Amino acid sequence: MAEAVIFVLMAVGALAGALTVVIARNPVYSAIGLLATLFSVAVLYVAQLAHAVAAVQVIVYAGAVMTLFLFVIMLIGVDKSEDRDERLPYQRPLTLAIGGLIVIVAATLTLAGFDWVPAATATSADATNGTVERIARPMFTDWVLAFEATALLLTIAAAGAIALAHYRRREG
Amino acid sequence: MVDPGWYMALAAALFVIGAMGLLIRRNALVMFMCIELMLNAVNLTLIAAGRALNDINGQVAVFFILVVAAAEVVVGLAIIVSIFRLMSTASVDELSELKG
Repeated sequence: MAEAVIFVLMAVGALAGALTVVIARNPVYSAIGLLATLFSVAVLYVAQLAHAVAAVQVIVYAGAVMTLFLFVIMLIGVDKSEDRDERLPYQRPLTLAIGGLIVIVAATLTLAGFDWVPAATATSADATNGTVERIARPMFTDWVLAFEATALLLTIAAAGAIALAHYRRREG
Repeated sequence: MVDPGWYMALAAALFVIGAMGLLIRRNALVMFMCIELMLNAVNLTLIAAGRALNDINGQVAVFFILVVAAAEVVVGLAIIVSIFRLMSTASVDELSELKG
């Protein structure tokens, strides 16, 4: 019951934040909407016992990534109003129609009790209790190659960002 | 316990909102935020499915997606900033330099 209440509250928060991202004219409002969604999703992670992932979500996403976003928004300037003319004639109506259709189908299926996870077993809270130890064991055994690859990827990304920041257009 | 289907439906709604924003908006920064929204929707799906299937690996996968998303944000924002330096705009409609 408690989980249902948390789910409804956080689902409303996440959807409101997501709609703000898309609708807001000012990019700062979009960033704050995204922040609301990220926090709501983090709470939903906790409700599903993914504690470590929720902590990382708040630290990495809501902390580092959103700070980076806000810095870039400040750098680029928020006073410039976005050009709102749509140059592709059917882009918006088609997007809204297809998106609305998908949402309606998903909502109908869920309300009708559609089996989203067919092989679902009786959940034991113990098996998926996502503490740091529980996550670290598969990460450093089964997934160790992926772990090394992401480490390499992060290094390359940092080097690439520095290279891009140093880029100057050649004179003449 | 909330049925995993509800988490799936919420994730689907978040993903669709993100995809619609990506198609409708023309500001490169906001489009980027929409991509983050879609990544988060997928993460929520993985966590819900992992719990329904009694498998901790769902959470490990989310961990890796978070890392890759962080790397993607770093490079993407650097690209947006350097485009802004060259063109003084962040609107993707204005970026038609390759057009003959």
